[in-house]
Amino acid sequence: MVFHLDKCIGCHTCSLACKNVWTDRDGTEYMWWNNVETKPGTGYPTRWEDQVNYRGGWKAENGRLKLRSTSKTQIVANIFHNPSMPSMDDYYEPWTYRYGDLFNAPESDDQPTAVPVSMITGEQIDIEAGPNWDDDLGGSPVYAENDPNLEALDPVTRQQMFEIQRLAFFYLPRICNHCLYPSCVASCPSGALYKRGEDGIVLLNQKRCRGWRSCVSACPYKKTYYNWSTGKSEKCILCYPRLETGQAPACFHSCVGRIRYLGNVLYDAERIEAAALREDQDLVQAQREIILDPEDPEVQAAARRCGVPEAVVESARRSPVYRFVKEWGLGLPLHIEFRTFPMLFYVPPLLPVMSRLEGNAVHSESEDLFADIEKARAPIRYLASLFGAGNEGVVRYALRKQWAVRLYRRSLTVGDVDEDTAARALQEAGSTPEEAEAIYRLTALATFEDRFVIPPFQREQALEMLEDPHDVRRETGFGFREAPMRV
Amino acid sequence: MHDFLFFAVLPYSSLAIFFLVTIQRYRQRTFTYTSLSSQFLENRWQFWASVPFHYGILGVLALHAAGLLLPRALLAWNNDLIRLYVLEVGSLGMALMALFGLVNIMLRRARNPRLRAVTTFGDWVIYVLLLIQFLTGIAVALFHGWGSSWFAVSLSPWLWSLFRLQPEVSFVAAMPLLVKAHIVNAFLLIAVFPFTRLVHILVVPNQYLWRKTQVVLWNLSRTRS
Repeated sequence: MVFHLDKCIGCHTCSLACKNVWTDRDGTEYMWWNNVETKPGTGYPTRWEDQVNYRGGWKAENGRLKLRSTSKTQIVANIFHNPSMPSMDDYYEPWTYRYGDLFNAPESDDQPTAVPVSMITGEQIDIEAGPNWDDDLGGSPVYAENDPNLEALDPVTRQQMFEIQRLAFFYLPRICNHCLYPSCVASCPSGALYKRGEDGIVLLNQKRCRGWRSCVSACPYKKTYYNWSTGKSEKCILCYPRLETGQAPACFHSCVGRIRYLGNVLYDAERIEAAALREDQDLVQAQREIILDPEDPEVQAAARRCGVPEAVVESARRSPVYRFVKEWGLGLPLHIEFRTFPMLFYVPPLLPVMSRLEGNAVHSESEDLFADIEKARAPIRYLASLFGAGNEGVVRYALRKQWAVRLYRRSLTVGDVDEDTAARALQEAGSTPEEAEAIYRLTALATFEDRFVIPPFQREQALEMLEDPHDVRRETGFGFREAPMRV
Repeated sequence: MHDFLFFAVLPYSSLAIFFLVTIQRYRQRTFTYTSLSSQFLENRWQFWASVPFHYGILGVLALHAAGLLLPRALLAWNNDLIRLYVLEVGSLGMALMALFGLVNIMLRRARNPRLRAVTTFGDWVIYVLLLIQFLTGIAVALFHGWGSSWFAVSLSPWLWSLFRLQPEVSFVAAMPLLVKAHIVNAFLLIAVFPFTRLVHILVVPNQYLWRKTQVVLWNLSRTRS
């Protein structure tokens, strides 16, 4: 999976597509398997990136990976009360409005209003938080200032970032990362969570889940959610019933900005643990090393030996994900220092500075139309805290290459950048005109088939194909129909 | 006659209900086996309710099991007066801890509007039965002391006679009313057990302690070289 952040317009269409398909049931009202955050900002649940508080993900200790939240011995002591479990107040209390009042109110001089009522208690509530409460910074500097990633910045840069003229934000759509080394799976006492061998989707078996909530605290991205009505946890299933029938997941399919790419990659599962033990600085590179070249005949042979179907090997060769992440070095994982090796990669946003307001006059920031990326509004150090585990090099590389591609295309189509400048920019970014052309095509002109390279379903694997997801939509789980039991 | 009803018919009926319904429920409605945790809706009070309750009741149940299964070992332990005191005071302490937890559970459920929304009639049935069980148990400990010794001599034989399918209710017949109430209530709890949230006890995650870190499943088994 790749999300191209430069193209995200923050419209939340993905969130709503997901909500309408999967989480409009009792107990899931507050869940957003797909949500879009404004960065800098506190996110959902509030300050989820702060692992001192939430204790998600892995830590490397004495050459071994350990869960921050639990362990085989700790689970015995903590099973009755999970000490690092977020509560509903860290997300928000879902509400609706008493619309009936609009029609049933007795006649009076005032317009009737629909008061907000909690979807849990049914009682009137004061709305104090909601999904996307700090969307576009919510008109307040408070949310941006509390972003945990700002700790990486020195006070001066931080101040600069918040000068109203320079105030920059971008959108960060988040779904389950379907990690290579998932901490939710490792923490589940019941063994209900598993990574599917065929496609790497991390799923939660609703029949085996007993509601111990370990996954909720272990996931550093807070992408497993506890359903307070059924007493089971739930998470993004990457719309596997759709994938198995060759369709893109609902959030991918509905994306207005076409920022989302989906394709499979071949990787060496045996090297994951060793790679996850590397220093923070090297993690991005370590993860890329595990991802193997699908054109390499040895890799193909090894994949076939391991039982990977021919069609999957074939589709890996056309994977846009491989291109963005490995070939071009543009796709970066979110917070890889949590060491779960997320398989959702982000192309970092450029956010160039065009001009700024001084007194009453607008000043161009630079004579060049495209100022250097170092002057971009989101400091590289900030982006590195999000996408590079503090390694500015990988972020700078991705930004510089995107900038060079823009110059190159500008020289071809508009002509106000001369060819030498474009060529020099490409060279400095470690790119070539051919590569720039390919990046441009996949970024700007990609068709549905280019963006979603989904292997054709394998009949013997696609068990869910036989079921219509709409049959179970309003029910409690997926793949079976059964009401929760509260006696 | 009453004794036979309460101490032979009732135990067998409730055990039959217990086994039949738990197995049927596990096989046909596995989805409903869950702890139904409410920690997500209320986090702080949950600690003071759930933790003392569970640790307390686990300790007390372990001692009951010891009295039932290892009566000789328990009597041998009690030979020493100091050890008898430790056992009696320790178990009373754990019972009080469980009671403290249970009272907190009930107050928490009654007072928090979010929790009221997820608390059912069945929950209250269990809470009331547990409260009766705790109060009678603590009363027995206070008014008919040294239970760890007389339990092994007078009640274990009755329980074993139930297991041998030759119930001898005479062992219980002579017991004081508090003890009888404690026993009858216990079998009522066992009878309602399979219909309620208590079934989560049966699915404690034991396999976690020795399974591999990661779980990878394939829809269908495939050939691997």
